[in-house]
Amino acid sequence: MTLEAFNRGAAIGRILPIFAGFAPRIGATADVQASPFRGVLLEARPLRRDDGKDRNLATTKTMNGEQPTRRDFLYIATGAVGAVGAAAVAWPLVHQMNPDASVQALASTEVDLSPIAEGQIVTVKWRGKPVFISHRTKAEIQAAEATPLRDLPDPQPDSARVQKGKEQWLIVVGVCTHLGCVPLGHQGDYKGWFCPCHGSHYDTSGRIRKGPAPANLVVPSYTFTSDTMVRIG
Amino acid sequence: MSGPSNFKPKSAILQWTERRLPILGLMHSSFVAYPTPRNLNYWWTFGGILSFCLGVQIITGIVLAMHYTPTVAGAFESVEHIMRDVNYGWLIRYVHANGASMFFIAVYIHIFRGLYYGSYKEPREILWILGVIIFLLMMATAFMGYVLPWGQMSFWGATVITNLFSALPGVGPKIVELLWGGYSVDQPTLQRFFSLHYLLPFMIAGVVVLHIWALHEVGQNNPAGIDVKSDKDTVPFTPYATAKDNFAMICFMIFFAWFVFYIPNYLGHADNYIPANPLQTPTHIVPEWYFLPFYAILRAIPSKLGGVMAMFGSIALLAFLPWLDRAKTRSARYRPLFKQFFWVFVIVCIGLGWLGSKPAEGAYVIASRILTAYYFIHFLVILPLLSYYEKPAPVPASIADSVLGNQPLAPARVKGSR
Ligand code: HEM
Ligand code: FES
Repeated sequence: MTLEAFNRGAAIGRILPIFAGFAPRIGATADVQASPFRGVLLEARPLRRDDGKDRNLATTKTMNGEQPTRRDFLYIATGAVGAVGAAAVAWPLVHQMNPDASVQALASTEVDLSPIAEGQIVTVKWRGKPVFISHRTKAEIQAAEATPLRDLPDPQPDSARVQKGKEQWLIVVGVCTHLGCVPLGHQGDYKGWFCPCHGSHYDTSGRIRKGPAPANLVVPSYTFTSDTMVRIG
Repeated sequence: MSGPSNFKPKSAILQWTERRLPILGLMHSSFVAYPTPRNLNYWWTFGGILSFCLGVQIITGIVLAMHYTPTVAGAFESVEHIMRDVNYGWLIRYVHANGASMFFIAVYIHIFRGLYYGSYKEPREILWILGVIIFLLMMATAFMGYVLPWGQMSFWGATVITNLFSALPGVGPKIVELLWGGYSVDQPTLQRFFSLHYLLPFMIAGVVVLHIWALHEVGQNNPAGIDVKSDKDTVPFTPYATAKDNFAMICFMIFFAWFVFYIPNYLGHADNYIPANPLQTPTHIVPEWYFLPFYAILRAIPSKLGGVMAMFGSIALLAFLPWLDRAKTRSARYRPLFKQFFWVFVIVCIGLGWLGSKPAEGAYVIASRILTAYYFIHFLVILPLLSYYEKPAPVPASIADSVLGNQPLAPARVKGSR
């Protein structure tokens, strides 16, 4: 190994501290004959040189696993660049599976609330999923508001799930937070929703009360564009 | 693949070919000259039956794909079109749909055969793990295939199963969106499931090659669970194993045909003849019968993440079996206690399957919990303890002795043989 190479090793050590350990050790092997195969032959393999003598070049200190050489460094560096390259190619192949532009473009739905009678729940489709719009009765609102938070597995006051002054309108995504079935309205122990798949009970605020579902029915983002129109999404 | 073969084709053309690509020699040494233990019983015919099933699914599947439309608007109708208009379409579809069930019947027998005779033990660990991988790929393939007809069960099965991934903390919902290609199971989901459903069987075929390679490297286990010691212990694959395999396969085909021609919808679910409706879940959704035990485990655990982990864990556990059961004696024939626990385990699995088909309420849930616990205890507690405390019965000195009824016994292994 030339002095120049040694210096290069040391320079790498200075620039990238994690390789600092390499520099002196690269220097330490400098007494070994420079050969294009040195460091490659980690397993013992006799190699003939011009003088006709068999030399087991792999019996340098490299074999003990103690003495990474410049070549080892090159392997690691090449491997690392290769891995980054592979990841860069893999990402488009994975990301193509995510929702595409046309799916995202359909991301909002406008609904006219005027035909929905008090006590009625209608289901509209938003992003391919059902959304429940519940026109709650006074009793339902009261039941939801009166529930103490400590009775809830996923504590959230009713006021955080409806808009102020519009307490009669509960708008939730109609997808059970367990494994995605569509719960049935006005059913279950709490007269909100009941999911037949694995038995989750939701209350009149769409909050989980009993069963395997871990969370309340999701409230999507929506805005009232007028008194009777709402835009979901 | 191993096995002595001095195979030399007779015709000059084949000799010419053979010198350049020794494929006939490979076939000959793998399926003709290959020495098989002479005591193999009919439980050993299911490997061949499984290869047959894979072939049937691939051939009928390719034909179905010529007539099937992977779109939300067209899928259901195209399957009905296959049933009513395509010449023999009804036959091909019924063979494919029932073929999936037959495939699972065969694979469960094959797996329990391995459990009973200790086929997962040293030196067959890799062979066993490749089998577990094939089983996982089969489940993925069958799940995605069931989505294709786009009936109510297709749709809601797909929804529930993909939602299992939402249980993962943090990244879960993102992963589910990635799987769906949208915000619910929809067109992109159906289309990619079709693509993957077409691909996976060929990946299974690839792993099957590895599985057989590993098998021919270490040799077959056998009902006595002892190693082949001399030529007296084996017979050549052809004609002995070939004939036995063929006979068993024909019996299996009769069973298969009985389903296809007489009760083609018996194993299916009527709700899948209702087109998918994303706004309404059927009141009682159940997966296909072959997933029921795992479904029962999923529902037995009252937490979402816990249920999902128990379900995947119950399958993953199989891969670790060679290191959970450390007993040196392979076959249950010579393990009196293990044999009893084995049959209890079989009953527990069947019980879980039955519970998976019942609604998740009341006593069913309690029973599911007990059986789920037992399932894990069997692997994690009973098997490791048995390896230490069971005193195995003496095994025959050789396979030939075990067949010929000679009883010169090998010295009994000492308690806790390790
Ligand atoms: C491991 C092998 C396979 C298994 C376990 C399997 C399983 C299934 C199942 C359970 C169904 C639903 C049947 C129904 O209820 O209608 C199905 C449908 C389908 N499969 Fe496969 N399949 C396999 C291989 C293949 C292959 C290799 C192809 C294509 C090359 C294919 C193409 C189809 C098509 C087009 C359908 C939709 C038509 C239908 O529903 O009958 N399958 N598959
Ligand atoms: S999906 Fe609703 S309870 Fe499981």
